[in-house]
Amino acid sequence: MDLYPAIQMFLAESRELLEQMEDALLRLEADPHDRDLLDAIFRAAHTIKGSAGVFGYDPVVHFTHGVESVLDRLRDGEFALTPTLSALLLRCGDHMGALVEACTASETPPTELISVSETLAAELAAATGDTQADETAARSPAEAETTAGPARWRIELEFGSEVLRNGMDPLSFLRYLETLGTVRDVRTSIARLPRWSDLDPEACALDVELLFEGDVPLATIDGVFDFVRDDCAIRITPAEHPDAETLAAIADYPAQAPRLGEILVGSQAVSDDTLRAALAAQSAQAEAGAPPRPLGEILVAEGATSPAVVEAALERQGQIKQQKGQESRLIRVDADKLDQLITLVGELVIAGSGINAKAQRAGLADIVESAETLARLVEGVRDSALGLRMVQIGPTFQRFQRVVRDVSRELGKDIELEITGGDTELDKSVVERIGDPLMHLVRNAMDHGIETPAARAAAGKPARARLRLHACHDSGSIVIDVADDGAGLNTEKIRAKAIERGLLAAGATPSEHEIHQMIFAAGFSTADAVSNLSGRGVGMDVVRSNIEALRGTIELESRAGLGTRVRIRLPLTLAIIDGFLVGLGNARYVLPLDVVEECLELSPAERLAVGKQGFLNVRGEPLPMLRLREVFQLGEADWRRENVVVVRFGALKAGIVVDELLGELQTVIKPLGKLFAFLPGISGSTILGTGEVALILDVPGLVKRADPPRGQSLATAQSALS
Amino acid sequence: MQAVNSFDEPQANARGEQQQYLTFRQGEETFALPILVTKEILEFPALTSVPLMAPCVRGVLNLRGQVVPVVDLAARFGRPPAAVTRRTCVVIVEIGSEDTRLDIGVVVDSVSQVIDIPADQIEPPPSFGTRLRLDFIKGMGKVDGQFVLVLDAEHVLSVEEIATLGTVTGEAA
Repeated sequence: MDLYPAIQMFLAESRELLEQMEDALLRLEADPHDRDLLDAIFRAAHTIKGSAGVFGYDPVVHFTHGVESVLDRLRDGEFALTPTLSALLLRCGDHMGALVEACTASETPPTELISVSETLAAELAAATGDTQADETAARSPAEAETTAGPARWRIELEFGSEVLRNGMDPLSFLRYLETLGTVRDVRTSIARLPRWSDLDPEACALDVELLFEGDVPLATIDGVFDFVRDDCAIRITPAEHPDAETLAAIADYPAQAPRLGEILVGSQAVSDDTLRAALAAQSAQAEAGAPPRPLGEILVAEGATSPAVVEAALERQGQIKQQKGQESRLIRVDADKLDQLITLVGELVIAGSGINAKAQRAGLADIVESAETLARLVEGVRDSALGLRMVQIGPTFQRFQRVVRDVSRELGKDIELEITGGDTELDKSVVERIGDPLMHLVRNAMDHGIETPAARAAAGKPARARLRLHACHDSGSIVIDVADDGAGLNTEKIRAKAIERGLLAAGATPSEHEIHQMIFAAGFSTADAVSNLSGRGVGMDVVRSNIEALRGTIELESRAGLGTRVRIRLPLTLAIIDGFLVGLGNARYVLPLDVVEECLELSPAERLAVGKQGFLNVRGEPLPMLRLREVFQLGEADWRRENVVVVRFGALKAGIVVDELLGELQTVIKPLGKLFAFLPGISGSTILGTGEVALILDVPGLVKRADPPRGQSLATAQSALS
Repeated sequence: MQAVNSFDEPQANARGEQQQYLTFRQGEETFALPILVTKEILEFPALTSVPLMAPCVRGVLNLRGQVVPVVDLAARFGRPPAAVTRRTCVVIVEIGSEDTRLDIGVVVDSVSQVIDIPADQIEPPPSFGTRLRLDFIKGMGKVDGQFVLVLDAEHVLSVEEIATLGTVTGEAA
């Protein structure tokens, strides 16, 4: 059997559970008495242990078991969650993750991992042992032992009268039981013993009640009596009613069997036989015409279990039913299948626009109409297909709770992470690749941006610093902000460093904003000392190239003493966009429709003005102009007219001068490959309905080039207008 | 450069005997490429020119949904770009190894034939006299008393080199 898909599923599920566990642990720090959170943590560990057991990943099972018992004791209120313990549990969570990855990757996980397991287990023991000594000093050691010790069972045996005659010796069963555990107590009942005159020495009339203690599952105990099952009445119940452990087992009962009896047997509250007997009794009643009593009631009446246990089982049954309802609305899909679908939809889009173009050329009105209907449907299919890949950025942000918590402790700073816009959706592949750059930025902000509490107090700021992660949609892109209320960038230091590195001429007078962007240059770091976190100068330039690889941009704004904000802009999706087709002679270029604000026709007078000044007066505002023919060195055309496409990217606006405006279309982005990696102004290509290849313009790149250097030239533009 | 090996390997695989080559004419000479690196031959298609690239990059073409760059062999050899005639073809060549596999179209004047050239009939290129860069030529094959120039596809179509040949690079724009 090919286990690969199942293992992948386990891996994905474990990662998710560990994330939940971490999240709950972090929230638990703020509210240590939240029972639901504790339960969630326990359940996560329990599920991972269970699933790992199915695959035989013993290192995971073994380690997780230890963690689980600590969690269980935590749940029982044996000790409180101290910051040390919580930090330790977080590390245990990380280690569980590492073990799961290692086990799924190879048969035998590396020995380092196993030794880490042991260290952590020892630390856990030490941590819980200590707290226990502090907080449970009043409790007797014996009491503490019973809680963690093996299970106790009450075994009631009514040996049938034929047992001896069938060659079974009741004593042998008791002896065999002794090999499984300890028989603590034996009570023999002679209630069935007849008068001496009626005594049949070969008939057994003994009833025995045992208190058995042993670390074996119920089924094993039950199995002991297999040989006499037919002749005897056997009832095995947990010794302490209502047993806390049974209740816990019921609460954690895996969500597959929503039948009360199954839950009770599965969590070892009653034995299989007891249940069968109760069910038989239930159906017998039904046959007798009486309204059937609920199973739980029968079991309680027979003394097989306690009302509390039945109640817990009923509650769990309700929960499972509810969960089933929720789970069925989610389907896990292989990412490759989705990619394949997107590729096909991409081809469909191209084919669709091909039909449209041909129909229009042929001038067949009814076919044009059909083609348009088809195009609308394809657009819908495209949007839904792309929507499948969209995920919320929230979970990515949530991961930083942990980072901020750990790092702020390490640095001795008090930092609060504020997350907004977590429900903003973006393409999964983008989400996957944004984590690392964000990590750099968050760490940088904590290390360099935010001051020590003392320095903050001196500056008159609240001791607790704020770090903000924010996401939102803005004109077809996703904006992600990483902002802090720290000291801001030291402009002078950066300038000095930039001059030292030869990035800036000594006499140059760039604006403050321009100096700030220099920290994105390769190998640039202003940290005085290289710390564990950052300062090696491998941060910001890597961040920038990562973001640019996603067709995004990054910008930094900083105010001395008030804080720093890094703003990342990313495209919504990487595969298909709505485009606007323009012509330059015979060549076709596509602009992403999201950035197109409006289109204008240039009058001859305006053409002249644009040629002379490089900007155009659009309703009183100077709009920088970029002649695509000049940028691409295509020479002058004998074209009579020119048009302007006004584009906006972030705060920047510019006009792109082209020959022809050819209208909207859907485009599938095709990478241009390494050969064109250095090509400025072009970000990719697409195939038109005619089969022709059109190039996609890199609007951010072009707009930046059109943007006049801040300060003087905009001022001249303003004065020229007035 | 490990990429060069992709040329040697097939030879070795053919038990050192012979290998098939596609020959084509460009200008006055006959060139050859191992058949194993050539994927298909197209009639000269409609190309989309890409601005700001070196003259040897004729543009890109749509190869069944894939966008493939097209290199003009004559321009790559530093000669004037080839004029397009009825016989002009684009040979799709696959270069690179495993992860970096890339298809590139090569414009040639005309495609001649597929021939066998025994390995012992290929001589190292002369150090002068071919008027071509030495690293472009893998060897000289003798066919019917005529020489054909066996090209080193990895060098002729070196992506790194062509990409930086553009009229503008990076910040210079």
